Amino acid sequence: MFSYLAQRLAGAVLVVFGVISIVFLLIHLIPGDPVEIMLGEAASSTDREALRVALGLDQPVMLQFTHYLHGLLQFDLGTSLQSRRPVTDLLQERLPATLLLASVTLAVTLTLALPLGMLAAVRRGSAWDGGAMAFSMLGVSIPNFWLGPLLILVFSLWLGWFPVSGREGAGSVVLPAVTLGTGLAAVLSRMVRSSMLEVLGEDYIRTARAKGLPPQRVILHHGLRNALLPVITLLGLQLGALLAGAVITETVFSWPGIGLLTIEAIQSRDYPVVQACVLLISVGYVLVNLLTDIAYAWADPRIRLGGGG
Amino acid sequence: MRLWFPSGVLAIWGLLAVSVWVLPLTPNLIHLAHILAPPGPGAWLGYDDLGRDIGERLLVGAHTSFLVAACVVSLSALLGTVVGTVSAYRGGWWDRVIVQVIDIFLAFPGILLAIALAGLLGPGIDNVVIALAVVGWVGYARLSRAQVLSLKHREHVMAAESLGSGRVRIMIRHLLPLMAAPLIIEATFGVAAVVIAEAGLSFLGLGVQPPGASWGAMIRDGTRYMLVAPHLVLAPGAAICAVVLSVNLLGDRLRDRLDKRLIIAARQ
Repeated sequence: MFSYLAQRLAGAVLVVFGVISIVFLLIHLIPGDPVEIMLGEAASSTDREALRVALGLDQPVMLQFTHYLHGLLQFDLGTSLQSRRPVTDLLQERLPATLLLASVTLAVTLTLALPLGMLAAVRRGSAWDGGAMAFSMLGVSIPNFWLGPLLILVFSLWLGWFPVSGREGAGSVVLPAVTLGTGLAAVLSRMVRSSMLEVLGEDYIRTARAKGLPPQRVILHHGLRNALLPVITLLGLQLGALLAGAVITETVFSWPGIGLLTIEAIQSRDYPVVQACVLLISVGYVLVNLLTDIAYAWADPRIRLGGGG
Repeated sequence: MRLWFPSGVLAIWGLLAVSVWVLPLTPNLIHLAHILAPPGPGAWLGYDDLGRDIGERLLVGAHTSFLVAACVVSLSALLGTVVGTVSAYRGGWWDRVIVQVIDIFLAFPGILLAIALAGLLGPGIDNVVIALAVVGWVGYARLSRAQVLSLKHREHVMAAESLGSGRVRIMIRHLLPLMAAPLIIEATFGVAAVVIAEAGLSFLGLGVQPPGASWGAMIRDGTRYMLVAPHLVLAPGAAICAVVLSVNLLGDRLRDRLDKRLIIAARQ
């Protein structure tokens, strides 16, 4: 277990370092002069020089990079060009909203995907199966930025059940979470179905049935528990899709999270904030996947003993 | 699922995309009298908030998404396949570096990196293509690398090597044909992903700039008038869904067929 852990950790550290490098380079990849793009052509040369110094762009690239890394180690992500406030403060303000949205979305995803996938597997070939798979196909094909407005149209404008946008009261999280959760549940329910089908064909399921256990117990206790392992891995990967998808969904619903902050920063050309948001979301994704892998290895000895495969 | 529905939708998509070059369209013509008018004779999908014909703008949107999908998928498939194949076939430190680069790119979830890139490069459809291709090649590189790793020790490759074939010839003549099936499946699903990504970037205001038309931008503009004129949002969204659903259905079908053929080939 220890060597597996060390190996995965070292890999994650390398990846995080690469992610930091790319995020740092983003600002240098912009064709032309970033200072000119930020200030527009009408700016005076004194203003340009001041901004260049403020961003540290007057120094050699390697020196800038070491400064950037040094700042990161102290959780210093620079200062917002727009609001002149430390970027870390902005992130701290927005993070709770995104975490709330993510956890409610996760709950929505699981409550949709688990029953649907199990039902489809247990009643394989029936109308239930067809319906569940049709839902899954549709869910994958509906983009968030269309499902969101549709839900607003029906549930906010016509029925008036939930607020249109923003974060006011407990009801406001429902529509964004359903929007995000539908797409994820579509992918996950397929995985639950195929994993469940595989498990239901195993000998121990036949044994459990033969010794007269009630069907629910066979399906939930013997079936689902074994079918969940691959599902957990996919869920870890999907959390990334959730975070990236949150950028669009938060924009649709004006949900004041990290995703909306990213878009606002892009629109106001607030580069330090864009960099920080991308970095936070990506590093969060790497950490979630690392934890999933470790949990998986802990639950299944075949992985940690099988050469890290 | 029968195949006529998805292939029909995709054929119409392609036809509409091409027809924009020949039809006498006026997608930017403003009819002040018809602002937000619902569908009716004259304009079968109604008019938008500036009094422009939504049907015609939908056609131009089809053109945009088709071109972007074609460019991005071919660019990233070409780049990814070359990088992945060469990397796996050569091996050594070069391969280790590429694997690390692939891992780093995969650490950016979904289209987050594309959003940041498109945002920083500045709005515009060419920047959308660049941003999506920069993100897209990784999938093809990983897939082709895995394929070559399992193929390069086959007998026929060894035979070609011992007969003195060059590396490039082996990769093109002896490896690529065997990798074609999974790559085609990946590219098919890639089309669906790119259509959604382009519309998403345009929805965020990072894609096509006004007065150009894109399905995503049409949805964004329409959300402001949803209560009075829901048709502004419904038409482009339905178009995206129809295309993406069709591509996904076709991809599923293709995967089943090609996989089956692979299984049969492996048995013989």
